[in-house]
Amino acid sequence: MINVQNLTKNFGPKCAVNGVSFEVKKGEVLGFLGPNGAGKSTTMRMITGYFPPTSGRITVGGHDIGDEPIQAKRLIGYLPENAPAYTDMTVRGFLQFAAELRGLRGEAKTRAVSRAIEMCFLENVVHQSVDTLSKGYRHRTSLAQSIIHDPEVLILDEPTDGLDPNQKHEVRGLIKRMGETKAIIFSTHILEEVEAACTRAIIIDRGKVVANGTPAELLQRSDNAGAVSLRVQGVAKNAITDKLSTIGISSKTIVVKEKDSNVWVRVMPKGRLRNGELAAEVAAVVLAEKWHIDELHTEHGRLDEVFRSITSSDTMKEAA
Amino acid sequence: MNSALSNIWCITKRELSGYFSSPVAYVFIVIFLLFANFFSFMLGGLFERGQANLESFFTWHPWLFMVLVPAVGMRLWAEERRLGTLELLLTMPITPWQAIVGKFLASWIFLGLALLLTFPIVFTVNFLGSPDNGVIIAGYIGSFLMAGAFLAVSCATSALTRSQVVSFIISVVICFGLVLAGFEPAVEFMRSVALLGDNMVDVITSFSVMTRFMNFQKGVLVFGDLVFFFSVIGFALFTTAVILRGLRSN
Repeated sequence: MINVQNLTKNFGPKCAVNGVSFEVKKGEVLGFLGPNGAGKSTTMRMITGYFPPTSGRITVGGHDIGDEPIQAKRLIGYLPENAPAYTDMTVRGFLQFAAELRGLRGEAKTRAVSRAIEMCFLENVVHQSVDTLSKGYRHRTSLAQSIIHDPEVLILDEPTDGLDPNQKHEVRGLIKRMGETKAIIFSTHILEEVEAACTRAIIIDRGKVVANGTPAELLQRSDNAGAVSLRVQGVAKNAITDKLSTIGISSKTIVVKEKDSNVWVRVMPKGRLRNGELAAEVAAVVLAEKWHIDELHTEHGRLDEVFRSITSSDTMKEAA
Repeated sequence: MNSALSNIWCITKRELSGYFSSPVAYVFIVIFLLFANFFSFMLGGLFERGQANLESFFTWHPWLFMVLVPAVGMRLWAEERRLGTLELLLTMPITPWQAIVGKFLASWIFLGLALLLTFPIVFTVNFLGSPDNGVIIAGYIGSFLMAGAFLAVSCATSALTRSQVVSFIISVVICFGLVLAGFEPAVEFMRSVALLGDNMVDVITSFSVMTRFMNFQKGVLVFGDLVFFFSVIGFALFTTAVILRGLRSN
């Protein structure tokens, strides 16, 4: 549904987006990750036709956004950053306006508005003016506007920003459900969201795509992915490391922490292992030695580690 | 196409309801009527003149509109930019032109409404004497067109900035220029400056809304004057489109 090729955007001498290419198919939810100022919003603004790209090509549902903007925009529902809405309108009035701009009239309009209100849990505030809404409600009002015409493509710029944990959970569920029938791109700073709602994630840094894969694939890039962690009680740490290093498929054993008589140990695998092979080996050692263990698990890797390792830290300096 | 008109109307409707859902509309109408009548009765001496016409009413319109119209137009785009709704509006399946025309029309209709509400003064002169109502209608048309020209200018300055105040000031300055370029004392002054040749002065005065408006006030509908006002509106709206495009591509 969405095809982006070699997208580049320069703001004067500054290159905000540099040669970004990707594709999103129907039924996919693409998570867009990256540090602040990495070019996430700029990319989304180009896909939705707000910014014309410096170079590159974007097609939405086969329509080039530059050549056939109206046809392409019809297919897109867009929630811009900071969830803007007309503050002088009521929630219902605003949604009706959005529906009309989407070409909905009469019965179809009424149905679309009620559907959006229901999906975004806005029943309690329909007659309230937008500027009296709390941040969460205002955010969901703007979200409701983006799904009013049941679009095939949804572009959501930080859809969960400013929501409380319950609302975040609801919105994630909504995205996941809608993702089954639509092509969705959403950007976020919250890495758990990627695991919770995305079928694929792209990490973008300083205008370039630095990683593109399923959340599981990205997790594999974590240093600790596949390592086995265990907590042993009442055994000297040297004895533990000695015994564990005899396992053939481990590369090394690290003592993470030692407190009272507890020792936290992490066994790193050789290469990339999965399926708990290493855990089984470690468990065998534990049983043979009759150690008292309180926990033993395989690390799945953590997205924030991956994120930190592949996005450079000097974006902070540039921003300052 | 039909959808273009319906998009424009959709935006016009929203914008108009925006005026009336805030105190802006009512405050503006009250102030406008207050000033319009104060000027024509107190300063213009409508009664003392003893003439059955609305000259003392229309004479003040350029000066009144110069300040009041930018107050109506200043929010048009500045507010969209401040709220971030500009992004929402321009990513909808409408062309920027439809948005520009829709918003402009809404404000123009609003100004027309304010102008219509001055109707008691027409009844007054009709009650007291027998004025040439054709001249009065021509005056109203001229006044409405002038308001449209000033409004289009405000529209462009509004797109320039997020701040309504800055937009207002720039717009007032430009409208003041448009008025002054044909204001007798100013023209006299320009002629007295040796640097400006007579031709140059003529060029400058031809840009003034003042001379054009005078014709309407006399009851003369000149085709050139209509063209003038519509070209100012067209040009200013085109400038708005260019500014908005610049905002997005830069």
